[in-house]
Amino acid sequence: MTFDTATPSTRRSSAGRLRIGFIPLVDCAPLIVARELGFAADEGLELDLVREVSWANIRDRILLGHFDAAHMLAPMPIAARLGLGHVRVPIIAPFVLNQGGNSIAATTALYAEGGDWGGFGDPLASGRALARLLEARRAGGAEQPTFASVHPFSCHHYQLRHWMAAAGIDPDRDLRLVVVPPPHMVAAMEAGDVDGVCVGAPWTSRAVDAGVGRLLLPTAALWPSAPEKVLGVREDFAERRGEELAALLRALDRAAAWAEEPENRPRLAEIMARDDVIGVPAAAVMRTLSGNLLVEKGAAPVPVPGFLRFHGEGETGPINRPRATDGLWFAAQMLRWRQTSDAETAFAAAREAFAPTWWDAALDRPSREAATLRTFEGAVFDGGDPERWLAGAGPSFA
Amino acid sequence: MADTSLTILVIDENPARAQILEDGLRDAGHVDVVRLETTHELLKRVFEIDPDVILIDLASPSRDVLEQMFQVSRTVKRPVAMFVDQSDTAMIEASVDAGVSAYIVDGLKKERVKSILDMTVSRFNAFDHLTRELQRARDELAERKVIERAKGILMKSKGITEEEAYGLLRKTAMNEKLRLADIARSVVTAAQLLG
Repeated sequence: MTFDTATPSTRRSSAGRLRIGFIPLVDCAPLIVARELGFAADEGLELDLVREVSWANIRDRILLGHFDAAHMLAPMPIAARLGLGHVRVPIIAPFVLNQGGNSIAATTALYAEGGDWGGFGDPLASGRALARLLEARRAGGAEQPTFASVHPFSCHHYQLRHWMAAAGIDPDRDLRLVVVPPPHMVAAMEAGDVDGVCVGAPWTSRAVDAGVGRLLLPTAALWPSAPEKVLGVREDFAERRGEELAALLRALDRAAAWAEEPENRPRLAEIMARDDVIGVPAAAVMRTLSGNLLVEKGAAPVPVPGFLRFHGEGETGPINRPRATDGLWFAAQMLRWRQTSDAETAFAAAREAFAPTWWDAALDRPSREAATLRTFEGAVFDGGDPERWLAGAGPSFA
Repeated sequence: MADTSLTILVIDENPARAQILEDGLRDAGHVDVVRLETTHELLKRVFEIDPDVILIDLASPSRDVLEQMFQVSRTVKRPVAMFVDQSDTAMIEASVDAGVSAYIVDGLKKERVKSILDMTVSRFNAFDHLTRELQRARDELAERKVIERAKGILMKSKGITEEEAYGLLRKTAMNEKLRLADIARSVVTAAQLLG
């Protein structure tokens, strides 16, 4: 694969100063913390953090070199390398910012209509409840419901589809899937534009607070160990400014470790809640950080251990270390849902985007990694043979 | 030649800028121009309006909503990104710099739309220029007012003429390596504190 898009030299940031784009979500915390607590300054870096309103803007500004790095949805670098829907951009993901943090929620109206959804966090029972609801609506000639995620190349989108497909629902035929920007989610639920959502923190929490939504499951119940957001940089930036990238990865490593520490959560919640970061009440951020989720308004919070992880050992290796198997998993979702068709190219892009080379070089930390990924139905995805999952255990309705 | 048969949708929360763009498009012969200021129920509206070209303000989070439409195969006419070739980078840069992004309906040749995008970029840039000029004029006016007030305060408290008061402000600004307006502002603040 060749890339020939030029980076305009006039926009390049000067040495030691990095311009980084982020979307107002709790999981951009390592970037904010690296600046606010001086971890970046300790590495001789000055971070210019720029809040953006859409993932499309983030992608374009990385393409043009306006941003040196950005907070990205984990599947985005692969989609960008494949040029899906846009110009090919050679992006890599040298650092995983977090795991988890998303939830699937229904509007209170859809929840009431569905009857028995099983216990909170039960993907099979809730999926079956949705399947029954769809069947009842079909029989009654009622309109299909609409579910929202945040981007076509997001974990949220694939998690919704995976959850539905496991219950025998065809998400392309049986209901409508749309995208709603996270800050608009609560209003869209309130207006009845959408009946269900999969979105990251703190927005599901806000929907419950507003009395318009009810949580069905944290997506960690579907994919216990997948990366959620990554740091995305252009490959040629990594090559040209390797030392600064290594310094940034070390700063992010310390920032993520700080964010993971339970005793730092109140301070972190305060920082993330600020108007120049997310602009929501600190209490909503705090619930997310501590994993004490408000499932429905007025009820006692439900603890979800490991709801949002920033650092440390995960089920398949160090949380922040890119792992080819995770990239292959995302590429397999793109293939499964026909966003792309050439498996060989998609898997190659995934391996390139999720290579641990930069993390290993910057942190020089012995680490082990598993070669597989586990999902809630017990299916095992083997990074050594991604085609097998696609051919067999994958699309349950195919 | 402009292709005047196309339906153009302008999504911009800034009504003044959207108006300027619409006027330009109409002057160029485009009669079918629809403006949306809000992105409420955007998909439904896009479906109803059925545009050939969508121009959207980069400050709108709804770009991601449109990009999902590329993926949905069951919409009859679906929008796609205008720029998918590696050679389009310069055009992307011009539009991102201007603060706008363009989508066209699948199958439409982008040559047919280029003049529309060129006009959009130049109108967005012109609007930005005007806004900044206006802001500068406002700032200057505000500065002139504060200098007048500081002069008045000095004249009264020190019993000096207007000319002397102005000279004193200027001299202090030069010594302190500050702008005249900044010194004037501190005089006004100090007077309020000591009032």
